[in-house]
Amino acid sequence: MIQVRNLRKTFGPKVAVGGVSFKVEKGEVLGFLGPNGAGKSTTMRMITGFIPPTDGEAVIGGFNIVEQPIEAKRLMGYLPENAPSYADMTVNGFLSFTAELRGLSGSAQRKAVDRAVEMCFLENVLHQSVETLSKGYRHRTCFAQSIIHDPEVLILDEPTDGLDPNQKHEVRTLIRKMGQTKAIIFSTHILEEVEAVCSRAIIIDRGVIVANGTPAELKARSPQAGAITLRLGVEPKAGIKAVVAKLEGLNQVDHVSILGSAPVELRVFARKNVSPADLAGLLSETAMKEQWALQELHAEEGRLDEVFRNITLPDTKSAGKENK
Amino acid sequence: MKPILTITKRELTGYFASPVAFVFIVIFLMLSGFFTFMVAGFFERGQASLEAFFSWHPWLYLFLVPAVGMRMWSEERRLGTLELLLTMPVTPWQAIVGKFLAAWTVLALALGLTFPVWITVNYLGNPDNGIILAGYLGSFLMGGAYLSITAMTSAMTRNQVVAFIVSVVISLFLILAGYPPVTNLLVHWALPWVVEAIAAFSVMTHFESIQKGVLDSRDILYFLSVIVFSLFTTGVIVRTHRAG
Ligand SMILES: Nc1ncnc2c1ncn2[C@@H]1O[C@H](COP(=O)(O)OP(=O)(O)O)[C@@H](O)[C@H]1O
Ligand SMILES: [Mg+2]
Repeated sequence: MIQVRNLRKTFGPKVAVGGVSFKVEKGEVLGFLGPNGAGKSTTMRMITGFIPPTDGEAVIGGFNIVEQPIEAKRLMGYLPENAPSYADMTVNGFLSFTAELRGLSGSAQRKAVDRAVEMCFLENVLHQSVETLSKGYRHRTCFAQSIIHDPEVLILDEPTDGLDPNQKHEVRTLIRKMGQTKAIIFSTHILEEVEAVCSRAIIIDRGVIVANGTPAELKARSPQAGAITLRLGVEPKAGIKAVVAKLEGLNQVDHVSILGSAPVELRVFARKNVSPADLAGLLSETAMKEQWALQELHAEEGRLDEVFRNITLPDTKSAGKENK
Repeated sequence: MKPILTITKRELTGYFASPVAFVFIVIFLMLSGFFTFMVAGFFERGQASLEAFFSWHPWLYLFLVPAVGMRMWSEERRLGTLELLLTMPVTPWQAIVGKFLAAWTVLALALGLTFPVWITVNYLGNPDNGIILAGYLGSFLMGGAYLSITAMTSAMTRNQVVAFIVSVVISLFLILAGYPPVTNLLVHWALPWVVEAIAAFSVMTHFESIQKGVLDSRDILYFLSVIVFSLFTTGVIVRTHRAG
């Protein structure tokens, strides 16, 4: 549904997006992750036709956004960053206006507005002017605008930004539900959101894609993914050092790190080619043999925030680099 | 065509939801009344014509039209709604024309509400209503020309005040280039044909000739070209620095 090929955008000498390619099919929710200034919004603005790319192309449902902008834009709903809307209109007026621009009129228009209002919980503020709304409601008003024509493609730039936890939850549920039938791209820097909503995630840093995969695949790139964590109820008489030495003596174990000493918590990292399941079996046997009071043993899935930190540079570091 | 009307409708709601349209209409009516009756001496002239009324319009519009038009694009930029508008299935020129027509409608409304002046001259004497009609048409076209210039300056910046000032300066230049006190001065400096060529670019020259009741297609063409040129430039500006 969405095909992005080698999209580039430069502002003067500054490269905001440096050649990004990916595909999103119907039924997919693509999470677009990256630190601030990574180029998420710029990429989305090129896909939605707000700014022309310096190079490369975006094709929506077969229509090139630069060559056939009107056809491509018809298929798309877009929630820009900061959710802008006309302050001088009522919610109802604003939604009717956007529905009309989408070519809906008469009863079809009214139905579309009612549907969007219901999905975004806007009934209470329908006749209130947008400028008198709280941030959460304003945000949802702009969100409602993006789904008013039930588009096949949805581009959402930080859809949960500035919402309270309940509203965040509602919006996530909504995105997940709509993701079953639409092609959705949404950007965020909240990692839990990716796990909760996305079928696939792309991490972008300083304008280039640094990772692309399902949340599980990304988590597996974490250094601790596959490691086994052990917790012992009481410290063995020989002391914690002896336990570590015993474990590191095993053929399959690469190294052990100590997470805590009361209660004893250890993380065991396997050598290459040793599966987490094998390692777990071995560890529980060893614990039994040595009569350690094993309380807990589990394999680490890896954590997205670690992967994120490992492959993207913090803002301050990259800013420092630029100055040189 | 449909998107243009949708946008025009929205803009008009915007003008009337904020006090912009009302303030403009009231001030326009008050000032045109004041200048016509107090300053230009409408009654003392003893003529059944609206010359006194129309002669002030280039100067009234100089400040009032930019005040109406300055929000046209700068407000979209400031609020970020430009991003919404340009990612809707509408072309930039549909948006430009739609917005322009809405603001021009506000001007037309204000102009239409001066009808009591017209009734007054017809009550007092026997004016040439053809000339008066031409005067209204000229005034309407001139307002449109100023407005298109304001549309252009307002597309350049998110700051309405800047848009207002730049627009006043450009419009002032277009007035002065053909304003008799200025042209009379210029004659001492430049060859007459140069002065005439400069004056041909002035709204004054064309507005005055329409006001005399001579509907010359060149005068109408002049105003229409200013409008088309300015709106075209607006399009170029909107398209080239969308994200700015
Ligand atoms: N209109 C613009 N002019 C100049 N630089 C810009 C412009 N828009 C964005 N940038 C720069 O491009 C980079 C990417 O920005 P953006 O796409 O907004 O990042 P993100 O949405 O991931 O936080 C930033 O460094 C930003 O300063
Ligand atoms: Mg952003």
